[in-house]
Amino acid sequence: MAHQADNSYYIPHGTKWPIIGSLGLITMLSSAAFWVNDSEIAPWTFVAGVLILIFMLFGWFGEVIRESESGMYNAQVDTSFRMGMMWFIFSEVMFFAVFFGALFYARMFAVPWLGGEGTGAFTNELLWQGYEGVWPTAGPDDLGGQFQTIPAFGVPFINTLILLSSGLTVTLAHHALRNNDRTKLVIWLIATVVLGFSFVYLQIEEYKEAYQHLGLTLGSGIYGSTFFMLTGFHGMHVTLGAIMLTVIAIRSMRGHFKSDSHFGFEAVAWYWHFVDVVWLGLFIFVYVY
Amino acid sequence: MKKQNTFIVAAAVTAAMIAAFWLLLVAPGYTGNEINMTRGVTDQSEINYQLHMIVLWICVVIGVIVFSAMFVSIVLHRKSKDHEAAQFTHSTKAEIIWTIIPVLILIVMAVPATTALIHMEVAPETEMTVKITGFQWRWKYEYVEDGIQFISSLDAESNAARRLASGAEPAAVDNYLLEVDKPLVLPAETKIKFLITADDVIHSWWVPALGWKRDAVPGFINEAWTEIREPGIYRGQCAELCGKDHGFMPIVLKVLPKAEFDQWVRQQKRLMAHEEAEVERLWSREELMDLGKSVYTAQCATCHQGDGQGLAPAFPPLAGSTVTRGPVSEHIDLVLNGREGTAMQAWGNMLSDADIAAALTYTRNAFGNDMGDVVQPQMIARIKNG
Amino acid sequence: MSIASTPDMTHSTDQAGDHAHNHDDHHDHKPSGILNRWLFTTNHKDIGTLYLAFSLLMFFIGGAMAMVIRAELFMPGLQLVEPEFFNQMTTMHALIMVFGAVMPAWVGFANWMIPMMIGAPDMALPRLNNWSFWILPFAFTMLLSTLFMDSGGPAAGWTLYPPLSLQGGQSFAFVVFAVHMMGISSIMGSINIIATILNMRAPGMVLLRMPLFVWTWLITAFLLIAVMPVLAGAVTMLLTDHFFGTSFFNAAGGGDPVMFQHIFWFFGHPEVYIMILPAFGVVSEIIPTFARKPLFGYSAMVYATASIAFLSFIVWAHHMFTVGMPLTGELFFMYATMLIAVPTGVKVFNWVSTMWKGSMTFETPMLFAIGFVVLFTIGGLSGLMLAIASVDLQYHDTYFVVAHFHYVLVPGSVFALMAGTYYWLPKWTGHMYSEKWGKIHFWLSAISVNILFFPQHYLGLAGMPRRIPDYSTQFADFNMISSIGGFLFGSSQLIFLGVIIHCVYKSRQKASGQAWEGARGLEWILSSPPPYHSFNTPPVIDSSTLAHVDEAH
Ligand code: HEA
Ligand code: HEA
Ligand code: HEC
Ligand code: CUA
Ligand SMILES: [Cu+2]
Repeated sequence: MAHQADNSYYIPHGTKWPIIGSLGLITMLSSAAFWVNDSEIAPWTFVAGVLILIFMLFGWFGEVIRESESGMYNAQVDTSFRMGMMWFIFSEVMFFAVFFGALFYARMFAVPWLGGEGTGAFTNELLWQGYEGVWPTAGPDDLGGQFQTIPAFGVPFINTLILLSSGLTVTLAHHALRNNDRTKLVIWLIATVVLGFSFVYLQIEEYKEAYQHLGLTLGSGIYGSTFFMLTGFHGMHVTLGAIMLTVIAIRSMRGHFKSDSHFGFEAVAWYWHFVDVVWLGLFIFVYVY
Repeated sequence: MKKQNTFIVAAAVTAAMIAAFWLLLVAPGYTGNEINMTRGVTDQSEINYQLHMIVLWICVVIGVIVFSAMFVSIVLHRKSKDHEAAQFTHSTKAEIIWTIIPVLILIVMAVPATTALIHMEVAPETEMTVKITGFQWRWKYEYVEDGIQFISSLDAESNAARRLASGAEPAAVDNYLLEVDKPLVLPAETKIKFLITADDVIHSWWVPALGWKRDAVPGFINEAWTEIREPGIYRGQCAELCGKDHGFMPIVLKVLPKAEFDQWVRQQKRLMAHEEAEVERLWSREELMDLGKSVYTAQCATCHQGDGQGLAPAFPPLAGSTVTRGPVSEHIDLVLNGREGTAMQAWGNMLSDADIAAALTYTRNAFGNDMGDVVQPQMIARIKNG
Repeated sequence: MSIASTPDMTHSTDQAGDHAHNHDDHHDHKPSGILNRWLFTTNHKDIGTLYLAFSLLMFFIGGAMAMVIRAELFMPGLQLVEPEFFNQMTTMHALIMVFGAVMPAWVGFANWMIPMMIGAPDMALPRLNNWSFWILPFAFTMLLSTLFMDSGGPAAGWTLYPPLSLQGGQSFAFVVFAVHMMGISSIMGSINIIATILNMRAPGMVLLRMPLFVWTWLITAFLLIAVMPVLAGAVTMLLTDHFFGTSFFNAAGGGDPVMFQHIFWFFGHPEVYIMILPAFGVVSEIIPTFARKPLFGYSAMVYATASIAFLSFIVWAHHMFTVGMPLTGELFFMYATMLIAVPTGVKVFNWVSTMWKGSMTFETPMLFAIGFVVLFTIGGLSGLMLAIASVDLQYHDTYFVVAHFHYVLVPGSVFALMAGTYYWLPKWTGHMYSEKWGKIHFWLSAISVNILFFPQHYLGLAGMPRRIPDYSTQFADFNMISSIGGFLFGSSQLIFLGVIIHCVYKSRQKASGQAWEGARGLEWILSSPPPYHSFNTPPVIDSSTLAHVDEAH
């Protein structure tokens, strides 16, 4: 098989996972569409779609992991994976950028205009008389009613500390892996997972507080919209990241990853740092400032 | 040889065709309204027209130069003429030149473009103000200083002719789709400020003869201004997709000499006073039904249809509706305040009290609803004033 | 120099081959059975074929909708469809053409050509490649299915401006999720393309030696990854405004409908360059081949592409000159937009200079490429006119704009797609297409496309708004001419279909490896059709095999 030695780049032949993924995706999304239109069975088919997707992810990644562990990938394949992950994270950055953009736009342009600043004088006088246009706001019509905001230096600050230290622990785990110190690797990874899920737990508590006591909901005008959209998508990413960290932790316990080659680990770590950085932006622009 | 001839002929035909189109466009005889941008009746439209012509000519010249160079080489530098291919790959000098020259051309264009834009956007002291509100699918005009207000919609004849397979011949309708029941009346030679907004979705107020359009955004007011030189009738259309009848939302300006305009204002004020008095009196059932029918046809029928059957799925029927056949107070409330998030807008500020009372009476009794009750303008006035 | 690492010839790869599948991994062994060959495929050529076939289908569906539009506009008065349905046709036509026809077609070209052009065996991430494609049929089924729902398809224009789009009923959520799926597909496709270009090049294929098609796609892929998530975010906000009570685009809650337009066009403007940059690339491959002369100013072409991409991020609000922006904003966006003419001009001048003093022949690909240069330039020049903010207050939302963008899209992107198809069909299939019918297709298309879109300039200037199903009688003549042109252009595309089918199934004229006398580049050193895995051995690269050698740089 001389020709194969030349073709060192591993090219899988045939894969059924993508089409399963597409079926999962279409099941999930079309169910979601039926769901918002009040279909009764849609929630169930939605869950079915999610399960198919999860099945696909496990199957697909499982296959890749097996191939990787049996040494089928060379350095070039590794680079492809790395690039893939980096650009994927870049696309996620752009996704969050939209919601930050919406926040800045609302605060810098829309709300002041409605409040009559600059060229908005007539808008305020004729359409929204008496509206002050100060942030935080539920808009001139006070959609969703009165609300209070969540003080930055309570739970959000604790969450900031949690995420920052989880960034540290995952880095420590990485060092341990590079030094081939498996025990430390597993310990630091578990610490990261615990921190990650504590963040999620605290955020859920915070949401409960917002809905039950502060009157702050998704419907609380532009403040509620941007607040929940940003923190919500971030929270979903933290949850996903924490699950991925769990998988990595389990793989580490099983002895996966080599000290000099561990793309799977690094990909998750990058993702985690990305989630971390987004949170810093959130903390500053949503809570503090 | 044959192939080559075909090519040259075909190329010539295409080139001639394109050239003919362009010539048509720029030939002096064709600069009329039908084929080129209108020169309009304001400074703004004149400036835009001139700027348009300057830029157009620059583009034509650039196009001619580029395409000629190309066609020369197509004709001369072909293999069938045994032209040997040169092998040069670049020329820094040439590349610098054709970077710099376009930059210069752009600067030449940017200067008048900047002054024109400033002229458009920076309004002088104005003498009167008109508030324009777009809603599906008509315009409401308010003369802020004089308190006059009315709604302007597609006129009945066009409206009938434009139905699918109506059988009417558009050419037989005067100003097909460009006519309204009540034009916006404005004085000539007066600096006018427009406050433009919308009630439901985005519309765009455009009369080409004024030289600009401005979007009407719900919840926000955009300002624009004009000073019209000559009295006359000027037509335009809504220029932002706003739903099914976006194409049937014309604008007609009737520009009068100042003195005539003042007269018009006085007359409108008399009419308004009369209307106010009318609200106080009790109306007969027939009066309400008659007025109601015309209000319904003009305002409500676009959505709920002339026969009250609505247009599934978006627009519910009023015939047999639980609202039109339900308690009066809820019916009034719905029509005055509309339904949030749907195309059913709040009519409270749009129509007069008498109009609303009449439309309610009509819809409660027509289409087989036969509720038998009447709604008096007084009731509306009382509810509106709390 | 090059990022591409030298192949690492360890034995682990050997085992790998055995492990994954037991058969002898012959170069040309195609999987048998429809499922294996097409549904589960990881082969860049098969996936490329899928993309191309899919986009051709979508082109015909989107085109059929355009025919409905043109038929209704044939004369004043409503003859065929209700206004609401007309709006659905306009919206769907654009969504299908943009996301279903042109974009996937370029991805198809990327799949087929990039590995061959850079000397790689396949794409970097073959499984992901399969998924990128196999999301699309589902996404478009979902999108098209909305036409059969009670509330009808989306009818607020492809720009989906709220609040109008929020009035869309039940089907709206399906549209949003379909857009999400298209976004996922595009992002994954682009990630793959970037990874392939940066990581899979044969040794010696340094960045500044890559064919221009590869370069333009590298930059396009970057644009895609940057802006598809922005579109996804925008439609997500529409969804929550519609169904979950948020107020992003509702003034009463402190939001602003115009904010959507800013976000949409931050995506939308780069999007139009996503559709044109690969076209620039293809034309830059074809013209040198048939002029038998190296591309003029190779590096300038690369830098110009990069500049266009950069500028495309800071010009978005030129679609919004009428929304009531502050004066300074309007000025900024006007100047930035005008600047794009400079790098684009460099491209046009370089193409002309490539032809200059060449030894030209005019096979179908070259005809389409020349048609592209001329007609795209006309579209670009009208774009420049639109960029003049003050005059755009007149042009905006009229048929002048419709004329502009169809000039850059139809005889622009679509002509380049056709040029590329004719150029590489012999390579893909191993057969020559019918030159005679190709030429007939070109001439019919080139003439009718002008009859179709040129008069629309006049309509716009004379005051005809876009997106209207019926118009005042003064616009009758030019609309009729335009519709006739439209039917002609549409019918001519049946020839295109015929030529392709003939070439694939019937043509007996074999194409040599180097199908065109003047063609340079790695794809031409392979046989026609090329082996199933393009380059199992990285090719040896020297200047005679390279498409472009601009020695001075
Ligand atoms: C492939 C797609 C494509 C491309 C390449 C372009 C290219 C350009 N477009 Fe276009 N555009 C669209 C697709 C595209 N556009 C679409 C789809 C819309 C409408 C969307 C909607 O509303 O639905 C639109 C709308 C649109 C508008 C908004 C109009 C309005 O709604 O009011 C504007 C305004 O500035 C504009 C400008 C430009 C400019 C300046 C370029 C430039 O890139 C052109 C540059 C090229 C040249 C200038 C020609 C070649 C240059 C030379 C020969 C050099 C010498 C020239 C000079 C020095 C002048 N476009
Ligand atoms: C890449 C993008 C692309 C392409 C290729 C096209 C191709 C065409 N477009 Fe489109 N168009 C857009 C993008 C595109 N368009 C966009 C973005 C809009 C704006 C939408 C909006 O306002 O929201 C638009 C809007 C638009 C309008 C304005 C609608 C309006 O404002 O109301 C019109 C009207 O003439 C039109 C016509 C056409 C025609 C005739 C073609 C032709 O080139 C199509 C030719 C192809 C075929 C016809 C298919 C092949 C042949 C057959 C199916 C055989 C049968 C043939 C016959 C019966 C004759 N398009
Ligand atoms: C732009 C379209 C439009 C116009 C014009 C319009 N309506 Fe409506 N109307 C609607 C829509 C849409 C609804 C349904 C709202 C909903 O979904 O709850 C509606 C609902 C109603 C209902 C309640 C029907 C029911 O059974 O729920 C009444 C009554 C009504 N309209 C009266 C009127 C009157 C009176 C006028 C004219 C003065 C009018 N409408 C003009 C769009 C319109
Ligand atoms: Cu109102 Cu279009
Ligand atoms: Cu643009």
